[in-house]
Amino acid sequence: MAAIGIDKATKIFGRTAALKGVSLDIRDGEFMVLLGPSGCGKTTLLRCVAGLEQVDAGRVRIGDRDVTDLAPRDRNIAMVFQSYAVFPHMTVAGNIGFGLRMRRVPRPDIQQRVRQGAELLGLVSFLDRYPAQLSGGQRQRVAVARALVMDAPVLLMDEPLSNLDALLRLQARADLKRLHKEVKRTTIYVTHDQVEAMSMGDRIAVMRDGAIEQIGAPMEIYDNPASQFVGGFIGSPPMNFLRGAVRDGGFAGDGFSVPLSRPRGEQGRELLLGVRAEHIVIGGGGIPAKVLVVEPLGSHALVTAVVGKTAVKVQAPVDVAVKPDQAISLRFDESRVRWMDAGSGTALPN
Amino acid sequence: MSPRVLDRALIYGSAILLAVWVLIPFYIIAVSAFTPQARIFDFPKPLLPTAFSTDTMQFFVEARGVVPSVINSLLVALATIAFGLTLGTPAGYALARFHFRGREAFQVIVLATKMFPIAILSIPLAVTFLQLGLYDNLLAVALVHTAMALPFIILVTGGVFVAVSHELEEAAQTLGCTRWGAFLRVALPLALPGLAAAAIFTFVISWNEVFAATILTLRTRTLPALVLAGLGTSPLGFKFAGGLFMAMPAIVFIFLIRRYLMNLWGSR
Repeated sequence: MAAIGIDKATKIFGRTAALKGVSLDIRDGEFMVLLGPSGCGKTTLLRCVAGLEQVDAGRVRIGDRDVTDLAPRDRNIAMVFQSYAVFPHMTVAGNIGFGLRMRRVPRPDIQQRVRQGAELLGLVSFLDRYPAQLSGGQRQRVAVARALVMDAPVLLMDEPLSNLDALLRLQARADLKRLHKEVKRTTIYVTHDQVEAMSMGDRIAVMRDGAIEQIGAPMEIYDNPASQFVGGFIGSPPMNFLRGAVRDGGFAGDGFSVPLSRPRGEQGRELLLGVRAEHIVIGGGGIPAKVLVVEPLGSHALVTAVVGKTAVKVQAPVDVAVKPDQAISLRFDESRVRWMDAGSGTALPN
Repeated sequence: MSPRVLDRALIYGSAILLAVWVLIPFYIIAVSAFTPQARIFDFPKPLLPTAFSTDTMQFFVEARGVVPSVINSLLVALATIAFGLTLGTPAGYALARFHFRGREAFQVIVLATKMFPIAILSIPLAVTFLQLGLYDNLLAVALVHTAMALPFIILVTGGVFVAVSHELEEAAQTLGCTRWGAFLRVALPLALPGLAAAAIFTFVISWNEVFAATILTLRTRTLPALVLAGLGTSPLGFKFAGGLFMAMPAIVFIFLIRRYLMNLWGSR
C-alpha cells in the first residue's frame, strides 16, 4: 500500500524556480500522469519523488513514511527513464536482475523473478542478449521489466515512450496500460504528449511554470479546462478561443456576437469564449467566418476558418462541402462553451 | 579538375607531406639500429637496409646501466600511472558530472599548466627535493611526471565520463545502489577502456620524459636520462638503438589509443 503525498514541494535551480510549492496527493494504485510542456517542472517533480533531486522546501511522503531525506534506494520506488538507462555492459537478464542482486535476493529467486519479468514483457528469447543487440522498443521493455521485478509499490516513469516511433508508441501505450491493470502499482507517469495522458491516466495533473494548473480525470480536464492554458494544451486540435466583451446581454468581439442566456459579468467585461472543434457545426446561421484550409483526415475533416482575425478549428464530416475563401457560418451550443477571464485566462464557474 | 578533387588532393598531399616529415627520422633510426656497427657510418645512407643485424641492439641492451635504467623507467611510469589516475580520475569525473562554480576556469587552468616551461621550475624543484630528501629518488621523478601528465588525464577521463550517461548511474541508484556503488558498478566498468587509454598515454609521457628525469637524478637514472647523459661519449650505434628503444612503446601505444585522443580533441 503506497499512496504518495507531495506537500508544497519547492525546487530552485540557480535563479529559476522549477517547482513553486507543488502539492499533490496520489491514491494507492492510481495511475497519475504529470502533463505539461517542456520546462514546466514535471520531470523535476518526478525526480523529487524518486530522490534523484532533493526538494529545497516541502515534504514527500510515500505510504506512511516521510521519505524527503532518504536516498533513492531507501524510498521503495522503481523508475523507468526516458533514455531507458539500460546498462550496456550487462545482458538483458543481468539488467532485469540488477536491482534484485543489489537487494541481495537469493539467486534462485532472482532467476525466477527475472523469468517472470521477461515473460510479462515478452523478452524471454532475448535474456542472453546485450542491449546493443536490441531494438529501441525491446530496450524500453527491458527498462520496464527491470523496474517491475523490484516489486516496489511505486513505479515512476519519465517519458518512457518518447523515444519510440509512432506505431510502436501506440502499441507500447496499450501494453503499459494493460500492465498497470495487472500489477496495480501506484504510478506517476511524466509526459508532454496529451494523447498519452488522456488515454492512460486515471487522473492528470497539468503543470505549467513549476505549478499544477489543474488536476482531474482525463475527460473532466478535457471538458472543463480550468484555464486557457489547459484548454489549449489538451486536445488535438486545441480548444478555440474567441476574445470579446460582454455587451447588452450578449458577447461580442472582432467580427462576431453571440447571445448569452445568462449574465457572465458586468457590461464591458473582457472574456474568452472557449469551444472545442467537435462542438462547432458549419452552416445554419451563426457567426460569420471565412474558410482558410480544409484538411481531410480520413475519419473527419479539419476546417480552419477565420472569425475576424482569429483562426478557429472546426471538426467537420469528411464529406463537408466547403472550399478555401468560402464564406460560411459557425454555430455551437452555448452549454458546450467554457468561459475564461481574458486577463488571467482562468475559467469562470459554469 | 573539380574543386572537390582539388580539395582531396590538397588534404591528402599535406597529410602525406606531414607523415613523411615525421616518419623519415623514425625510419632512419630504425634502419640504423638494425645495421651492423661497422656499416653504420656509410654515407649516403642506403634507402633500404642492406645488412640486417641485431648486433647494435644487443650492444645497447648489454651496455652498462641500461637494464637498471629500463627498470627505473618502468617503476617511474607505473608510479606515475598510479598517482595520476588516483588524482586525475575524480577530477575528470567532477568535470563530466557537476556544474560547479569555476568549472570552465578550472578546465583552462588545467591546460595552462602545460604552458609553463619546466626549465624554469627545474632549479626550485631540485632544491625542494633536496630539502625533502627526495633528490636522486625515483619517487621525485614520478611526482614530477604525475604533475606533467595530470592535465591530459583529467581531460581524457572527463571526456570518457561524459560519454557514460548520467541516467545509467541514476538508474542504478533507484535499483538499490548508493552513489558510490552506482559509480563502481556502472560508470567505472563502462569507462574502463577510456581509463586504460589514459593510463597508456600516461605511461608514454613518463617513459619519454627526459628533462625532469635528468635534473632530479644522478645515479638512479631513467632510460632517457641515461641515454642523454651518455650522448656526447657513446658510439653512434648506441644512440640509434637507444632512440628506437625509447620510441617504440610510444609509437605502439599512440596507435592503440588514437581513438581516445580524437575524443580529447572533440571530434569522433
